[in-house]
Amino acid sequence: MKDNTDQKTSRDAAWRVELREAITARERTSIPRATMPMLDAAARVHNNEEVNRGLDAVQAVTEATRCLDCPDPQCVTGCPVGIDIPGFIKNIQRGDFAAAASVLRATSALPAVCGRVCPQEKQCESRCLYNKMKKPAVAIGWLERFAADTERLSGRRAPVEKAPRRNIKIAIAGSGPAGLACAGDMIKLGYDVTVFEALHEIGGVLKYGIPEFRLPNAVVDAELDSLRQLGVEFRKDCVIGRTLSYEDLLNEGFRAVFVASGAGLPRFMGIPGENLIGVMSSNEYLTRINLMGAGRGGMTPVCTGRRVAVVGGGNTAMDSVRTARRMGAERAMIVYRRSEAEMPARAEEVAHAKEEGVEFLTLCNPIEYRGDERGHVRSMIVQRMELGEPGPDGRRSPVAIPGATDEIEVDEVIVSVGVSPNPLIPDSIAGLEVSRRGTITVNDDMQSSIPAIFAGGDIVRGGATVILAMGDGRKAAAAIHHYLSTGM
Amino acid sequence: MNEIIEKSHFSEKVVKLTVKAPDIAKARRPGHFVIVRTGDNGERIPLTIADADTASGTITLVVQDIGASTHLICGLEAGESLTDVVGPLGRATDIRNVGTVVCCGGGVGVAPLLPIIKAMKEAGNRVISVLAARNKDLIILEDQVRQWSDEVIIMTDDGSAGTKGLVTDGVETVIRREHVDEVVTIGPAVMMKFVALLTKKYNVPTICSLNTIMVDGTGMCGACRVTVGGKMRFVCVDGPEFDAHQVDFDEMLMRMKAYN
Repeated sequence: MKDNTDQKTSRDAAWRVELREAITARERTSIPRATMPMLDAAARVHNNEEVNRGLDAVQAVTEATRCLDCPDPQCVTGCPVGIDIPGFIKNIQRGDFAAAASVLRATSALPAVCGRVCPQEKQCESRCLYNKMKKPAVAIGWLERFAADTERLSGRRAPVEKAPRRNIKIAIAGSGPAGLACAGDMIKLGYDVTVFEALHEIGGVLKYGIPEFRLPNAVVDAELDSLRQLGVEFRKDCVIGRTLSYEDLLNEGFRAVFVASGAGLPRFMGIPGENLIGVMSSNEYLTRINLMGAGRGGMTPVCTGRRVAVVGGGNTAMDSVRTARRMGAERAMIVYRRSEAEMPARAEEVAHAKEEGVEFLTLCNPIEYRGDERGHVRSMIVQRMELGEPGPDGRRSPVAIPGATDEIEVDEVIVSVGVSPNPLIPDSIAGLEVSRRGTITVNDDMQSSIPAIFAGGDIVRGGATVILAMGDGRKAAAAIHHYLSTGM
Repeated sequence: MNEIIEKSHFSEKVVKLTVKAPDIAKARRPGHFVIVRTGDNGERIPLTIADADTASGTITLVVQDIGASTHLICGLEAGESLTDVVGPLGRATDIRNVGTVVCCGGGVGVAPLLPIIKAMKEAGNRVISVLAARNKDLIILEDQVRQWSDEVIIMTDDGSAGTKGLVTDGVETVIRREHVDEVVTIGPAVMMKFVALLTKKYNVPTICSLNTIMVDGTGMCGACRVTVGGKMRFVCVDGPEFDAHQVDFDEMLMRMKAYN
């Protein structure tokens, strides 16, 4: 079995040496980066289908050929879960797509998800040698997605090596990316894994947050099915800290708990008129539409405005504003207090939003909402800003331009300015140490102040990405395994 | 899971359901609520837990047929199941022996009030319950309330039972007659608003239980936000009970019409 893996991944395997020597570096680097086939912008705002269609096999093999198979691949150091990037890419190049998928599966429980939503341009692709040559990086994310999708659509999933069953029960609170990544590793290590989910759907932010046009539910469901097949149990409608307490879990025989309860309370800005009807958090807007099917056959209603402002510049803001366009908004605006250069959203999401006709009102900060006699929002007052000195995070902080305000007509406002940690679990466990911000405090091994409780993802970070949450989940799995093996 | 063990009608539009939910029955305290969903396309709606029985592993929900989702729930029969029941959610009622407590409920608000009445009595309080409804047929749970109250005052709009008048009339009678240490009020938002205005006049501490629009019920969406004492609070995780004198009822009443 080991030889087989080595053959798939070793840089010195004969096939891989052959691939490297087949064409010169000059020839490789002269191949242009693949372009992602996309739905036409004018058409896609009228449906909810995935915008990026994925590379075909010819494109993928060509793109994989660009990869120089560096002896000291820096891309891997940019990946929070340390995927063997050249290893899977070279398997694509040689046409063994199944092997490429199994290389991915060795380190990632959700490759089809990561291939779609990871900010590769800030991670793996930012370290690619091509950047030094002033050429576009190898499209690692698109290749990851290609390998994962090809495996899923083939219906043949590479067998996963699983340690013998240990008969030790592990509880995971939350079925988002951190919880799923932890579950994937723990089940492979031979533990009995139960994932508890508060909502009625498994998948956390992958289901309620990220829209279908960026991450189809079918992709998430396929990943969930493979975890189920490995033996992971899912229990929905169960709020840890409420339905079952930590003591209940111990009494049920669980030996360790991984808390991955995710982002909690949406933040608002505390400005006048924020409680008017039509002003809501991005969490509320996206949950109503993505999870509850509002406007798409679900009984749950949602406000649909003609002029929609989304406040914020992150990926959730882009998801919201692009959803608003698809829900029929004639004018969909991003209102962001800094300039576009400081936007935390992925460049691709910003580009897609622009293609879809989203307006960007940058250096604008809402200071008041005004409503009609029935309490519905009708306009927003924005303060014009300019960029001042860089703040502690290196981003230039916005400063108000005295007297420069505008009134913009809106009938719906989606506030997407971040979240605070959910207090449900921290409040329910006596002695669990939390930070001043309300996040669970953990050591380098994701272990909390209570030895049998580990935590990761947004409940620890406050707000992060899918891949960082997954990295936490994997780290916690290794640490839980160590803790249960050694008692430390 | 979530099977309806028993169903009965308080009135044409008000149904009592006993639902199998052993974990919730065990964990719930007075004041807690659950989120219920019916059907694969169903809404998530909050319902306060009226009672629970740990031995049979059941909780009791009292549902008034006032909209599409409650209509679906009220149409279910014993043997059928609710698609999802999750909870117990919210903070439990702060039950202490404070002396004399007036518990006033309007309409189906009496259902979630009952466990509080019971707990207040068990904590050693003198409990005076004021039940109000439009007419005699809409007064629910009177016998159970009597069992745990030192006195029960019935108020109806049309005088078909008890005294003709509003819930506030009943509460005011008590406050004028004797010293009251605390008032607990559960019912329609507009009723709680007027109870709060009345008790503020007499300076009697008052707790209300808010039933706002919610989606997830776990703090995630913020649909349930209310202004309490000038601060934004979430009913699902900070409440559902608040100091009634601090709640901005006018804003809450406005927000409850978001989808009307």
